[in-house]
Amino acid sequence: MIPELGEFALILAMLLAALQAFFGIMGPALRRDRWMAAVTPAVSGQFVMVATSMGCLITSFINNDFSVKYVAENSNSSLPLFYRVAALWGAHSGSLILWIFLLALWSIAAAIGTSRLPKPFASRVIGVLGVISFGFLLYTLATSNPFLRLDPPWPDGESLNPVLQDPGLAAHPPVLYTGYVGLAVAFAFAGAAMLEGRLDREWARWTRPWTTAAWAFLSCGIALGSWWAYYTLGWGGFWFWDPVENASFMPWLMATALIHSLAVTEKRGLFKSWTLLLAVLAFSLSLVGTFLVRSGVLVSVHSFAASPGRGTFILAFLIVMIGSALALYAWRAPLLKSEAGFELTARESFLLFNNILLVTACATVFAGTIAPLIAGPLGIGKLSVGPPYFNPTFLLSILPLLALLSVGIHAGWKRGNLGRRARILLLAFIAAAVIGCGVVFGFFTGGRVLSPVGVALGVWIILSSLIDPIDRLRRHISIPRAVLGMTLAHIGLGIFVISITSVEAFTAERDVALSAGGIAQLGAYQFQFQGVKPIEGADYSGVAGTVILKHNGALVDVMHPQKREYWVQHTVTTHSAIYMYRVSNVLVALGQDLGDGRWSLRLQVRPLVTFIWLAAFIMAAGGMLAISDRRYRLEREPAAALTPAALAAVPAVTRSEAG
Amino acid sequence: MRRLPIRFILPLVLFGLLVVVLAIGIKNSPEKDIIPSPLIGKPAPTFSLPSLTDPGQKVTSAQLRGHWYLFNVWGTWCISCRMEQAMLLRIKQTGLIPLVGLDWRDDPSVARSYLKHEGDPYQTIAVDQDGMEAIMWGVYGAPETFLVNPAGIVVYKYIGPITERAWERDILPRLPLTSEPAATSSS
Repeated sequence: MIPELGEFALILAMLLAALQAFFGIMGPALRRDRWMAAVTPAVSGQFVMVATSMGCLITSFINNDFSVKYVAENSNSSLPLFYRVAALWGAHSGSLILWIFLLALWSIAAAIGTSRLPKPFASRVIGVLGVISFGFLLYTLATSNPFLRLDPPWPDGESLNPVLQDPGLAAHPPVLYTGYVGLAVAFAFAGAAMLEGRLDREWARWTRPWTTAAWAFLSCGIALGSWWAYYTLGWGGFWFWDPVENASFMPWLMATALIHSLAVTEKRGLFKSWTLLLAVLAFSLSLVGTFLVRSGVLVSVHSFAASPGRGTFILAFLIVMIGSALALYAWRAPLLKSEAGFELTARESFLLFNNILLVTACATVFAGTIAPLIAGPLGIGKLSVGPPYFNPTFLLSILPLLALLSVGIHAGWKRGNLGRRARILLLAFIAAAVIGCGVVFGFFTGGRVLSPVGVALGVWIILSSLIDPIDRLRRHISIPRAVLGMTLAHIGLGIFVISITSVEAFTAERDVALSAGGIAQLGAYQFQFQGVKPIEGADYSGVAGTVILKHNGALVDVMHPQKREYWVQHTVTTHSAIYMYRVSNVLVALGQDLGDGRWSLRLQVRPLVTFIWLAAFIMAAGGMLAISDRRYRLEREPAAALTPAALAAVPAVTRSEAG
Repeated sequence: MRRLPIRFILPLVLFGLLVVVLAIGIKNSPEKDIIPSPLIGKPAPTFSLPSLTDPGQKVTSAQLRGHWYLFNVWGTWCISCRMEQAMLLRIKQTGLIPLVGLDWRDDPSVARSYLKHEGDPYQTIAVDQDGMEAIMWGVYGAPETFLVNPAGIVVYKYIGPITERAWERDILPRLPLTSEPAATSSS
């Protein structure tokens, strides 16, 4: 009964999404106020139906209803309650439900957020979101319905993939999807502006908080995934340049570019068509990412999530959504005029470089990701693209970006005059260079050619980000939250650069075979193995080792790396023990039983690795802080439509629209 | 009519090209459940690849002739491969059929240390660092496992991590009842 209710709610949601799209887009086009008034009830109804549907699926999981195929394939009665709920997004159909639910949530938020904006614009935004919702609901119902029944029901489920039974990974998809889907709002704002044929500085101000929020979630989502990969896999580090990782990273790069170009559009009325294009591309890349992940055309770390037969539908959806957005762009973007010019050394130039470099970085990642697709069938030769391609090409565009950042944030708008800041910037640079080289060559031996460069750039970014806030503090000038947020995000970036550099240069690892009482040395650390003990959990049994960790002979921690065998699927997973000592991560993974009480152990010391993820969260926190700025709290907005520039733009365009 | 500047149309054109690429990608991605491998019933590709465990040596299809074997495509980067690791070790324990590994698009040193650490279910492992050999076998995702008979014919192909169910239902029944001596060429 409950699954049928869920399916029915999903069908209703699809119909309501269709109404939402129709009224939202056609209402303003035909100037029907009553149609526009129907948009809010439609989107609210859609949300309620989607939430009902998701609630039904969760209920089936909680009740262990193994007559539902999706539940039977992804859950098990021995699974703890927490993972029974998280199992919802453990496979394809359920993660689509999660996607649709989050999109409905963003749509409701957008409906509330735009309620004070001009009615036709708000209506178009929700209309465009309705088109996306409709597409995904249709896709789910047509190809991936999670409510299908089994006859007869299975006595018990096949259980959730054990590698997914982990708090980090349970949290990763919802957060990442929130970011992915959030970019749909920026896309909808761009779509509404193009349908209207008008884009002014107010538009950029309305769009900024939505973009930044989506970006912040995306940052956290990517960091969670990378963190999980690090401590579960432990073998190859924290980033694999895997197609699925790239699929989340490319929209992030685009969203980062969009945040910066929106700043220019808001402050100076420039880069308008470029900003539109970025808003379209950022969400398009998350759609293309979905395609790559779900269609199974690319081989990936995450290949268990792929389902090849569904690719065709997503491709058709891509063509409709992205194709029409880009066609609209080709038609409307030429209408947008820049409101001013700027000098080469002005902040606008720096942000332009920022955008060019970020888009280039994104393009290189994109090229590397789809290269196997092109090379294979065309027979250009078989390509295997991996870190040897990605690392250098990515650095090629990112290093100049990092170098320009420190100067760029101090350049003035319109006329670039660093003025008195030039001196202190130079001082900061010298300090950073000294620290960079000093740390790398002084404290550590070894390292790579780029290590001092990386540390110096990171330190420079942090120091120069601090100049402005400190200056304001000394002169008792209040700091707007937007500036504070930007500063925090840039400091996060600096920390990120330093920690990546440190991990790349100074990681130490060793594989050893030890019997109880045996000691292994790695750097200044001693690991004393004390043997293993059996352990038992809700749906697994296994062994836990005991390793005493000492640093220069002083006791630091007792570590318990585990090896678990999950009963239902006969799958063994490795749970590394990780201890953070000072700023280094010490990792011990339990390997194979070599017999006679001897075990193989993998030991790693990675300095600063935790700061990579911490930095991502700092960046996200900076974004959230910026959103809370007073400027974005929408007071009644009569001025919005009445700026002289906007007034001048409106009649011309509406005429061309009518004619 | 006003003229459309090319720079505004360019994104649409590029997207059109991408759609073509993706469409070709779909066309070339075998449908997991519908189309069986074209290799089934055909001779397995002949190969001669460096050995993972003994880089000086070669693993060749000629060595494997005359015995049943399971050809398992894997990589340390592949999560699903980690999931079938325990099952592979169990298959090795049964002694019914040797496993021949193809370490696909992997860092051999990482792979060696992985096997040392997690247990090595394979009799021999060939290294396919550039992914060429996997293409010959029509592999599009790891793990994939091919059952090859003594005449060198591919009898069955299993996609995804081997589960107990797959081993008992799909692979065991295809093996001859009188267990022939396992391939011993390299042991």
